[in-house]
Amino acid sequence: MYDGKKIIPGLIIFLGLVTSPLWYNAASGKISYIPKPKIPAEKKECVEPKKYIRINHKNLLDDWKESVVRKAGTTYVASNRKSYLMSLNRTCMNCHTDKTEFCDQCHNYMGVTNKCWDCHMYPKEIKKG
Amino acid sequence: MEFDRRGLLKIAGLTLLGLAAKPGWELFSKVEPQELVPSPETLTKKRWAMSVDLKKCWSTEGCRDCIDACHRIHNVPDLGILKEEIKWIWQFPYEEVFPEHELEYSEEENNRKKPVLLLCNHCDDPPCVRYCPTRATWKREDGIVMMDFHRCIGCRYCMAGCPYGSRSFNWKDPRPFIKKVNLEFPTRTKGVVEKCNFCEERLSRGLIPACVEACKEKALVFGDLKDPKSEIREALKFKTIYQRQPELGTKPKVYYIL
Repeated sequence: MYDGKKIIPGLIIFLGLVTSPLWYNAASGKISYIPKPKIPAEKKECVEPKKYIRINHKNLLDDWKESVVRKAGTTYVASNRKSYLMSLNRTCMNCHTDKTEFCDQCHNYMGVTNKCWDCHMYPKEIKKG
Repeated sequence: MEFDRRGLLKIAGLTLLGLAAKPGWELFSKVEPQELVPSPETLTKKRWAMSVDLKKCWSTEGCRDCIDACHRIHNVPDLGILKEEIKWIWQFPYEEVFPEHELEYSEEENNRKKPVLLLCNHCDDPPCVRYCPTRATWKREDGIVMMDFHRCIGCRYCMAGCPYGSRSFNWKDPRPFIKKVNLEFPTRTKGVVEKCNFCEERLSRGLIPACVEACKEKALVFGDLKDPKSEIREALKFKTIYQRQPELGTKPKVYYIL
């Protein structure tokens, strides 16, 4: 290889620079960070089991939006045959009152953005004024 | 290993069957989609409509109860700039709303400057619905011309199409301009069109529209046009009724009684 003495150290420096965020996070302990969405202590049940919600909450909310706005159906019959009102504010945010402690925990970690809160409001936000 | 013709066909057949197994399983194990149920207290009618009794409306001068009630519960911002104004229900002088009914020498002469209450007409044949490229606005079965803010792309074709000026566009984030936010109803965001929804969210909870409820003079009447015994049919009986620009063929469903 021509100029191997320059190329190989160059490559090593380049790789080091590119992966530097990983090293930085490993050194500062951030790599072991696990998001902890705050779950309301007094409320025990969600509309669906935790496992389902964790994977499908986005589809569930999308379906709710679609049926409330476009099909005027407002009652959701969950897998356990219980009925719930399809409402972000009155059902979801009734328990998870602060989105910064719940939604944002994972969304920020994963770099997911959504536009729900451009229009919808959560109860805590109002209290702040 | 050698294949004869028979062997090849056998293997090919089995392979096809194997490939069909997964889609077949999915087809037959499909969960029935859930039936949509409106909440039990929902007011369901065949054709919602509203009437405005102008004489009653004019009996209290400078009254804005209905406008304030509507704009408060629907989080309509007060931007303070006429050009960017957002309105669901508003007033306009009689002579400009009904130029065709304005007689030069008549008793009605003094009506000219009086304010007429305007809102979305919830037309039978709404031009805004025809123009919307994303179906963000559509006519419901009960006649309400609905708006899906989620789907609106802010092209403003509907605003160009509406002959009544019932639609407003959010040129900027409206939230800082709302005095007291009502948690029950979402605000809008920059870049969507909004208009009166005949209080669809209240109807689904068994309540009549906020403007009708707020009117002390009972000038506003809301009801089912298809029901001959409904309040609105009673209100319209044997009266001089105006509609806004009926010649356009949109069949507006807000009636003005004089």
